Amino acid sequence: MDTFDFIEMKVPAKEEYVGVVRLSISGIANRMGFTYEDIEDLKVAVSEAVTNAVTHAYEVNENGEVTLGFAIYKDRLEVMVADHGGSFNLQEVKKNIGPYENDRSIDELREGGFGLFLMQALMDKVEINNDSGVIVLMTKFIEEIGVELDDDHVSTTQ
Amino acid sequence: MNLEINVTEHPDIILVQLSGEIDAYTAPQLKDKLIPLTNRKGVRIEVDLENVNYMDSTGLGVFISALKSSKENGSKITLFNLKDRVQRLFKITGLHQLIDINLDERGVNN
Repeated sequence: MDTFDFIEMKVPAKEEYVGVVRLSISGIANRMGFTYEDIEDLKVAVSEAVTNAVTHAYEVNENGEVTLGFAIYKDRLEVMVADHGGSFNLQEVKKNIGPYENDRSIDELREGGFGLFLMQALMDKVEINNDSGVIVLMTKFIEEIGVELDDDHVSTTQ
Repeated sequence: MNLEINVTEHPDIILVQLSGEIDAYTAPQLKDKLIPLTNRKGVRIEVDLENVNYMDSTGLGVFISALKSSKENGSKITLFNLKDRVQRLFKITGLHQLIDINLDERGVNN
């Protein structure tokens, strides 16, 4: 049986708390023995998820909260980020992610278009559940055991 | 977890020195300072990111906006002194092909 320690954290759905979450993830990842590079990746990926939740939650309810869960396994860290707002159009979001390519004009670039793409690029696995509110579940393995960086993908459970 | 934004005007360039973290909280402040500068036709803006130790997609968003605005208004914007981590984000997203990033130590002759 795969045992794990679990840390739960709730922050107000406000931009000023994204940095607080970043300090927390940095501490957790450091204690688990992630490399400096991986800790920096985790900071960006988790910040992206929280930023999305804050932006999204704010549209629904100004006084919302973002709930985070950190499951600490021997070989990996799972991070759950949940807002409790309404759902969003996942197909629409997925259609718009990816790196910039030469043939696209700058006018097509959206300012907020790289958040989900960066989560995928920096984590080993990203899943999004969109049933009630949005829940992002991201996994990163210590020392890249298991999944290669190139195998990044988003899977969805609706 | 704050961002310090220091703007100094030189004869031929405007130097913007950033220090701290660019995230969802600080990106709007950066945007408010940077966009009005790009509206000035003919100016050259050099953004020094030497002391930016964290940036995410919100920062990329600000620089995309600044680039769009500079193209519309006939100004020019260059980024320089990027830390490896920050530079990596531009590379992963492919934006290094679009945004003028000076990889040398300094983009300013002073």
